[in-house]
Parts: sequence; structure tokens; C-alpha cells
Amino acid sequence: MMNQSHGRGLGSAAGSSSGRNQGGEESTAEMFPSRLRVLVVDDDPTCLMILERMLRTCLYEVKKCNRAEIALSLLRKNEHGFDIVISDVHMPDMDGFKLLEHVGLEMDLPVIMMSADDSKSVVLKGVTHGAVDYLIKPVRMEALKNIWQHVVRKRRSEWSVPEHSGSVEETGERQQQQRGEDDNASSVNQSNNSRKRKEQEGEEQGEEEDASNLKKPRVVWSVELHQQFVAAVNQLGVEKAVPKKILELMNVPGLTRENVASHLQKYRIYLRRLGGVVSQHQGNLNNSFMTGQDASYGPLSSLNGFDLQALVVTGQLPAQSLAQLQAAGLARPVMVSKSGLPDERTIFSFDSTKTRSQQTQPQMNLLHGVPTGVEARQLVGLQQQLPVRNGMSIQQQIAAVRAGHSSGMPMPQAGQQPQSSTRQTMLPNRMSERSGFSGRSSRVLPTSYTNHSSSSLAFNSFQQELPVNGFPLAGAPGLSVRKPHASSSYQEEVNSSEPGFTTPSYNMFSNRHNDWDLHSIGIAFDAESVAFSSSEAYSTSSMSRTNDHDRNQTPPSMVPRHQVYGNGGGSSVRVKSERVAVDTTAAMTFNEQYSNQEDLMSALLKQEGIAPVDTEFDFDAYSFDDIPV
Amino acid sequence: MQRQVALIKQSLFDQGYLDEQFVELEELQDDANPNFVEEVATLYFKDSARLISNIEQALERGSFDFNRLDNYMHQFKGSSTSIGASKVKTECTMFREYCRVGNAEVFSLFRTCDECRCLRTFKQLKKEHATLRKKLEQYFQASK
Repeated sequence: MMNQSHGRGLGSAAGSSSGRNQGGEESTAEMFPSRLRVLVVDDDPTCLMILERMLRTCLYEVKKCNRAEIALSLLRKNEHGFDIVISDVHMPDMDGFKLLEHVGLEMDLPVIMMSADDSKSVVLKGVTHGAVDYLIKPVRMEALKNIWQHVVRKRRSEWSVPEHSGSVEETGERQQQQRGEDDNASSVNQSNNSRKRKEQEGEEQGEEEDASNLKKPRVVWSVELHQQFVAAVNQLGVEKAVPKKILELMNVPGLTRENVASHLQKYRIYLRRLGGVVSQHQGNLNNSFMTGQDASYGPLSSLNGFDLQALVVTGQLPAQSLAQLQAAGLARPVMVSKSGLPDERTIFSFDSTKTRSQQTQPQMNLLHGVPTGVEARQLVGLQQQLPVRNGMSIQQQIAAVRAGHSSGMPMPQAGQQPQSSTRQTMLPNRMSERSGFSGRSSRVLPTSYTNHSSSSLAFNSFQQELPVNGFPLAGAPGLSVRKPHASSSYQEEVNSSEPGFTTPSYNMFSNRHNDWDLHSIGIAFDAESVAFSSSEAYSTSSMSRTNDHDRNQTPPSMVPRHQVYGNGGGSSVRVKSERVAVDTTAAMTFNEQYSNQEDLMSALLKQEGIAPVDTEFDFDAYSFDDIPV
Repeated sequence: MQRQVALIKQSLFDQGYLDEQFVELEELQDDANPNFVEEVATLYFKDSARLISNIEQALERGSFDFNRLDNYMHQFKGSSTSIGASKVKTECTMFREYCRVGNAEVFSLFRTCDECRCLRTFKQLKKEHATLRKKLEQYFQASK
């Protein structure tokens, strides 16, 4: 066959001809498709330069970026301008995983993560966030040469996403055709696929759904579109939502069932990852992203300004909260347009907030080995600083705040069990009937606040503090400098900008008043593994599923928790430094979900003028032994 | 001159200042990009000088912010790895390890030890970094 010049075809005229390919395998141009348009994001200029050079050598088109926000705006401006994104994990302005989420959701592009960090937990995080690959630095040419496979794979999976109903035949046909293409050299595939796509795109841009249509113009899931999607899913119920029905409900011209199907797939993965589950409140899962009709809040992740607005619209977020959040710079008036920039800013403001709070080293050591009495004092002090907003349940406020985060913390209704975040369950909470963190919160704020109210807020501040603060030593002057080991190791491993563990067991809506001592909270905080275990006990199957690989600890059991609590009575909170060191894996998973929330909360709290409580406690660092792990 | 170039390069590898990553970079150099490696090295030293200065400031503050230090070191390690600066990378790793340990350290006395180790490691790191810079400058100079 002659070499064709396909729109996006191979740079060298290797074309899609198998004959030609067989002849010229040696030539680099024929080894893999060229002209893949790659966006590289890394704050390290050295690495950027090297990657660019390598990618150019692979005959890819490269654009480099040293900031995630710039990358996102580039991607948003050029809707179909890139085929694949390579991003560093550890970046100052935005966590690489957050960028990954955004790109995956909005542009549906394959994203490759890379880092000098090769710890399993971080790699796993990449996987759970949907990265198509994870490269360890130093990145070598061989690794880059084959990134085109991810592009092809993604396109193929989009084309042949069959869900239930409808065009099974067409799907079958499609698959057969693609399989046929597989027989040729891989570069042939690429060019065939791209050629088809190109032609069909030209013909059928934005037309009615045509199930037999092979082409898949990339759909950009804008804010409104996603809102409609989520609303439709919620209406149908996450478990029961099928693409066909969702499509009907959405009633968006030009949107195909396949588009919806692949988006639904991603959405489900996303939900699963958030660990949103709670058998009793399965329905709440629907509320992730943007709160839907349900009063309970599902895992809220990747919520941005537009999500907040959606929340307002759906009545879940009082406009008052939104205004407050906006005032705090945590939310922006939404632009229901595609420009995601306000969202970015929102994200970034969260991040910067977080960074600030990190650096200010709040001295909330309450949850670390603090004798109950002292803690209570401290807590009370803190509590008093927490304003209670009138006319708005704290939960709603928290939800609002959460909305701004990308975190998976679900927001259960008052009296409801907290959803998901089972991973993050605090021991004490788990112990109670309510599978919430209630114990923690109530413990924390024993006095004048209702269950959810400031306890949640307090928790937030604690949470934020927790990971950040080091282990208090009585009168230790170096206290302010301390940061939990967890945080540094976490940082190392996770490469995120979050401090330490973002409090996995952070449940703002615990409704339980109980007499758990604060140290119990500390224990819970400290032993993520323990929390994991306990949360397992409470989690639904999906949670376990999600968490299983994270856990390297004992299987869930109530008993250990009880024991812990029993011990808690007499013992001060153990520093978890050692635990942390050991359980960073667990911590990581926690972290990924809650880091943003925490930041958001702390930002919110700061806005409220809540100053971190400075505490110095006596602290017995090495008596963590009795905590079963 | 050629021989000198070869000698310098060989010593850099033998003494462990550079590793195979550097070779990878050299392979990226071609007629269209004849000075690629030198450009990368220049960029690296410029960026790492900034990092070193940040770290020094952080250390001078007197309080050991292990997290922040670890952050800087992570970046430093990343770029050092990318260019093949092997010894520097090792020092970064050690420094981060001391940060990690020090961060977890509860007893201030031991923590001070960790801090000391960090400082010492940092000193060593700067030394390796400076040596590498000098040698690479010689190398590039001789290659011209």
C-alpha cells in the first residue's frame, strides 16, 4: 500500500501499510506512531528539558509546562490539542494527582505520572487515581517510546465501551474491526484509528447519536455537562444508572451513549476510589462530585467552585455558605462555562492555603498523646473559637467546605453514619454504634456544641493540625518545629504537598457523644493501620475492596478497637511516629482522600479566625505497644 | 584535547560522580542538538544552586523544618537523578533519611543528633555538588 498521509498519521510516511512496516521496522519512525501530542508537566526544569528532548527524539510533539495550572488551562483551551499528558507527582502548586483527576474527568486524556519516588504506595495512588502509567525517574527513552500505547488503548476502550442496552451489534462490529486492525503492526493501528477518527470527526461533528458510528469525537466533559450527568445518575441511582437512561435524562444533543458509558465508568471508579460506602447509605454515593438530590452528602471529591454552585443550586449548600466560602477564597462563583480557570484558582487557593497552614505549624497537638485533661482544656479553648453559623447546619457548612475539596469525605446527615472514609475511621468512632467519627468529635468538643457542629470544624482544625504537628514533648522548645514523622515520610512517598497524613479519621459529622478520651483520638490518628482495620469492620464490601490492598494490617475486628479504648483510658496517646513510619502505606491512602479536605477546612477555620491552639503536653512517646495493628 | 576529555569523563564515572543516566543524555545529543548535555547541566546547576540556597536559609532559621527540608531535597534528588549526578543523589537520599528520622524523633536530644547529621550531610552534599560542577565545566570546556 502506498503511504497515506493521514491527518494525524505517522510523521514519517510509514503509514498504515503493513507491507511498508514490515520493510522498515528498524526506522524509529515506524516503530511507533509519531506526532503524538504530548504535554509534559514538571516543576523541575532540568527534568522538563530532558523529557522534551527525549520525546522529540521519539518524534512526538511536545509542549512543556512547569506549573499544573498552566497545563490545565492549556488543556482547556485546546480541547483536542493533546493526546497524552505526562505529569510529575510532586509539584508545588498542585498535587500531580489532582491534576490527574482533572485531566481525566474533563478532558479524558490518558495521563502518565512520574516521580523520583518509587514507593509502592505512591504508585498505587497513581493507579487508583486513574493514571495509565507510572514512570520512575530518571525516565529513560525506552519508557517514553511506548507511551503511544496508552493513547491507542484509551481510544479503543472508548469506542467499544458497551454497557447494557443498545447497540450491542454495532459494538461487536466495532470490536471486530478493531481486532482486525490489531493484526497489523501497532503503528498501523494507530494510524488506522486516527484516520477513521479524523474522517468521521470531519463528517459527523456534533451530530445525533449514532450507535453504529465508529468515530468518537472526544467529548469534553464541561462543568454543566458533568452536572447534568451527575444529576441524571443520582436520579437513577448510582447502582442502577445505565448509560442509555442517563443519556435520555441528560438529553444533550450530540452526546452518545458511548460517551456517557465511558464517563460513567470513570465516575464509578472514582467513587470506588473515594471509598464512599456505607452500606446504610449507599445512595449517598450518588452525591459525590456534586451533591445531588440527596440530603446526605456523598464523597465529595474534586469539587470545585462549580461544584459548590451546583450544591447551592440543588439546595444542599446554602448560598450563605457559598458566599462565605467564596469570601474565604475557597470557592469561586461558578462559571458554568468551560473555562475551568476559576476552578483552578479554587484549587490553587486551597493548595496555597494548605501550604500556608502547613508552614505555620499550628500547634494542635491535641491528638497526639495528650492526656485527656489537657486535651479537654485545649479543646474547649478551641471550641470557643469556633463560631456556629446560624441558619446552617454545620454539616452543610462542612459540606460546603468539602465541596471545595477534592477529597472523598462523605458528609452524612445528622444522625447518619458517615460514609466512606472508612479508611479514615478513627478508632473511637468505629467503636461506637454509629460508624462515624462521632466519638472523636464529641470528645473533642465536649461542651456547648451540638454533635456535628463545631466538632466537625474542630476536627477539621485538628486534623489539619495533626499531621502537621510533631509530637509534643513537655516543655520542649523544639516543639514548634516538630512535624510528625508521618508527614515527612508521607511527603516523601506521596509527593504531595499535603502535610503528613491528612487525618484519615476525620469525620465531621459524628453524632456520637461518647466518653472516649482524647487520647483515643490520638490513637486513632496515629494508627492508620488500626483505623484501617477498624474501618474495614464497618465498611461495605466496596470499601474493603478499595482498601484491601492498602491494608497491610490485621483484618478488621471490633475487638482490638475495644481494647484500644480500654487502654486509652489509662494511657496517654502514643506517639505514632513509629507507627507512622510503618504504616505509611495506610497513611498514604488516607491521605489521598483527605488531604484537600483538610486544607480546605483549615482554610475555612482560619477564615473564621480560629487560631491553632498551642499546647504542650507531657508525652510518652514509646508506649504504643498495646495498640493492635 | 580529546584524550583529556576522555580522561575527565572517565574519572567522573569511576569516582561515581556520574552514572549511566548521563550516558543516556549524551545519546540524546546529535547534530541538531550538539550542546544538549551542556545545556542541561547548566540548567541543573542553576536550579540546584537555588535549591541549595533555599535549604541554607531554612537551616539558618535555627529550627529544623524537616518537612520543608525534605521537600527541597526531593526536588534536588529528582533533578540530580535526571542528570545522572550520582553522588549528589546519594547525599540527597541520606539527607532525606535523616529528615525522616529526625521528624519522627521525639526526644529532643536525639533529634538534635538527627539535625546534626542533616547538617553534616548537607555539607557533604554541597561539596560533592561543587566538585561535580567544576569537573563538568572542565569536561565541557575540553570538549569544545
